Amino acid sequence: MATAHAHADDHHYTATGIDNRKLAIWTFIGSECMFFASLIGTYLVYKGRDVVGPKPHGEWLLNGVAQEQMLEIPLVTFGTALLLFSSFFVVLALNGAQKGNRKQLIGWLLATIVCGVFFVGMQVYEFNHFAHRGMGYTTNLFSSTFYTLTGFHGTHVTLGLVWLVSVLVVALRGKLPPEKALNLEMAALYWHFVDVVWIVIFPVVYLIR
Amino acid sequence: MATTALEHAPAHHEEATGIWSWITTVDHKRIGIMYGVTAFLFFLLGGLEALVIRMQLWGPDGRLVSAEVYNQLFTMHGTTMIFLGVMPLSAMYFNYMIPLQLGARDVAFPRLNAFSYWVFLLGGLIINASWFFGAAPNGGWFGYANLTSAQYSPGLNIDFWTVGLQILGVASLAAAVNFFVTVINLRAPGMGMMHMPMFVWMSFITQILLLLSFPIITVALVLLMIDRSFGTHFFVPAGGGDPILWQHLFWLFGHPEVYILILPSFGIVSEILPVFSRKPLFGYAAMVFSGAFIAFVGFGVWAHHMFSTGMGPFADAFFALATMIIAIPTGVKIFNWIGTVWGGKLEFKTPMLFALGFIAMFIMGGLSGVMHASPPADLQQTDTYFIVAHFHYVLFGGAIFALTGGAYYWWPKMSGKMLDEGLGTLHFWLMMIGFNLTFFPMHIVGLNGMPRRVYTYSAESNFELLNKMETVGAFLLGLAMLVFMWNILKTWRSHQPPAPADPWNGATLEWAIPSPPQHFNFPALPRVHGRDALWEMKRVAGGTLPEPTPVAHDAVPMPNPSWKPLVAALGVAITLGGFIGGSHLWVHAVGLVVLFYGVYAWAFEDPFAATGH
Amino acid sequence: MTATAHAPAHAEGHAHPTWQTYTKVALILFALTALEVGAYEVVHRHSPAGFAAVLEPIVVEVLLFLSAIKFALVAMFYMHLKSDGKLLTTIFSFSLLLAAVIIGALMIIFYYLYQHAPTVNQLK
Ligand SMILES: [Cu+2]
Repeated sequence: MATAHAHADDHHYTATGIDNRKLAIWTFIGSECMFFASLIGTYLVYKGRDVVGPKPHGEWLLNGVAQEQMLEIPLVTFGTALLLFSSFFVVLALNGAQKGNRKQLIGWLLATIVCGVFFVGMQVYEFNHFAHRGMGYTTNLFSSTFYTLTGFHGTHVTLGLVWLVSVLVVALRGKLPPEKALNLEMAALYWHFVDVVWIVIFPVVYLIR
Repeated sequence: MATTALEHAPAHHEEATGIWSWITTVDHKRIGIMYGVTAFLFFLLGGLEALVIRMQLWGPDGRLVSAEVYNQLFTMHGTTMIFLGVMPLSAMYFNYMIPLQLGARDVAFPRLNAFSYWVFLLGGLIINASWFFGAAPNGGWFGYANLTSAQYSPGLNIDFWTVGLQILGVASLAAAVNFFVTVINLRAPGMGMMHMPMFVWMSFITQILLLLSFPIITVALVLLMIDRSFGTHFFVPAGGGDPILWQHLFWLFGHPEVYILILPSFGIVSEILPVFSRKPLFGYAAMVFSGAFIAFVGFGVWAHHMFSTGMGPFADAFFALATMIIAIPTGVKIFNWIGTVWGGKLEFKTPMLFALGFIAMFIMGGLSGVMHASPPADLQQTDTYFIVAHFHYVLFGGAIFALTGGAYYWWPKMSGKMLDEGLGTLHFWLMMIGFNLTFFPMHIVGLNGMPRRVYTYSAESNFELLNKMETVGAFLLGLAMLVFMWNILKTWRSHQPPAPADPWNGATLEWAIPSPPQHFNFPALPRVHGRDALWEMKRVAGGTLPEPTPVAHDAVPMPNPSWKPLVAALGVAITLGGFIGGSHLWVHAVGLVVLFYGVYAWAFEDPFAATGH
Repeated sequence: MTATAHAPAHAEGHAHPTWQTYTKVALILFALTALEVGAYEVVHRHSPAGFAAVLEPIVVEVLLFLSAIKFALVAMFYMHLKSDGKLLTTIFSFSLLLAAVIIGALMIIFYYLYQHAPTVNQLK
């Protein structure tokens, strides 16, 4: 049997030249597409099938009294902007990591995390606020599908934050040299994915009536 | 040629043994063996459940078990055979054979691989723990909504099912990511995608199906769990929910799942037939593309399980046609297998018998499948024993025959022992006869109107004779399994010479290295130039290759053992286990702590760190 | 598909877009989001009336189109698919295509199903 490579090379060898971990995170993201497709599909199939209020758009009746529209667009537009900002910031952080620019890496990573935390905060506020306005988790199909879809997205954002904070701690301890930038790139790819899911949810749930 | 470098190595460099070395192993071969042993035990359990079902149906008005226990038996039989039997038996071959056939040292992520196994084991144990609570799942393996709602099934039964399947889904997804990356990235230098052995190809397509279909069932199970734990109405009509949505989500997963079960078997058969016909696989490219086509179109046929829900003529026609189209690539495969055997120098060793049996039985299962692809016919056949006959012909006559053939084929490689050919032949014929005796009459009782999932039948229905035949056949199948186990036991204890590296004159790279292989598989990565890499090497060498000699155990640095994947797996199981009997916050919390501890310990562990000795 | 092309460490980075590109993409993303919300507000408030009348029948398509552009921009530039090669793009696009098809199929199936079996909608 012919020898192809020296042993030292074997652990870095990949047939495509793409790092295993990068391919893995993309594969996982592909799989996650189906997860969110199922949740979005459920939301859309049940849209407008409620037997009682509230509904997402327009006025609705609670004990015979007209209520204002449930979904609050300005609030969620603010949250959407935060996520878009954070996606922008994390590419700058990654750029810094790859160039070995520590200040750029840590500064933008911190900014990303701050935006993410505010997004989650926005969502917590939104959920609480809706609950006070009479929309509990089990109130009707809209409330259940809405909280489940956006809640699972929020859970993904939270996990992404945990990941980014972990990378930040590693970077602060000076253990994220350019050759290990992939450790940030994987977290960043996941973070962007969470962002693009929101890019879909934002019009589908909030803007389309 | 028996002299080995291994003998010259110091004693403490021997490969580790003992229970701890298995618990912490990240070696794909050991993980494969653990998958195999675990799945075989679950498979026996599922078989015992089937035997109790057959005893209950021995005569009219059977009294062996109650209707409630019968519900649990058929639900657990189906769930066990699919998720704990056939899938992990396939996973055994993925684990053991994909890296070897690719000419790789291990999978892309060895610790993730261990994690998959532990999650699978815990999921299987949790589902089966339900028996000790007298509350095994009882809603059928597809758990149709309303049968599973908190209102109609208030016990723990369905909780065990939703939680167990979610845990198993985590295992499948982790493994699928791992094998997907392994196949794409760890092919030996020179091995293009169209050079890969057919088993690797079919397994690769299976991973794609797993990646794309398991998230759907995960969502369905999560929604069901939320319905049951928190009182939402996703599948509860009283709150506007629709039980039909459950069926759509379930079968969106469920039909690709059928191909997840059968494609690896297609691959195994495509390995066995060329080797025992002494001919390369006929129509390699057609095999690859028909496999991919089956998988792709397989995502567009799910509602053929739902004709009786009344979807309207448009949807009925669409799903009927899409289903019938799948018969074409399947037919391509069958003709290619026949083309492979045609004119070959056939050797009827046990693996070959099972592979040929597979083709015959699978054709029969395929034909009855085309019958109920037609909605009017399906409306007569659905929920009868005709359907039971159909899917057992594809899943038992198909998958189990192929997996058993694979066991005989790869046993020497995995264990270093040859199985007994005589007992193997006996095993095959007992299984062939027992199988047909069990399942062929089901076509007839089914068309005569015997419904599935009903715990008894009346004397005037005239189902008795055929049911008696089925029960006799089922016990023959049990006997066949005993012969198999006796074969394993007998050859394990015998003092036969160690199996050669290449007992069958194999075509693929797993036969280039000693049986069983050393930890790192290949001392040097093989260089591949085309298909059937080992046949090519033998041809270049002028016929045969010398028996490969083992080299020093530490010749190639391999990742260290790790217990962290087990901790992370425990975390997953505890977190989700907290959903049995409602939602227990403190259990979720403990599980999450364990999970995060496991994941962080794992992430910051250097797999190649020096280990002290 | 052999490994000769480049070591993975060098494959990263140098082909990636620059800071200026990232900033441009960010600005376009904000502009598109503003357009989305703008379209929603125009239809919601029915003003300006003339524009609302034109926009209303196509607002769903417009919103989906705008979000698709945003999605593609993030995927191509921020997720580096534009510079990272075909394989990763194939994985993502195939999953997205299937995801979209399944959402669409479910909506169509249930649309026809409910045409024949309408439930009480007390909201109207
Ligand atoms: Cu099907």
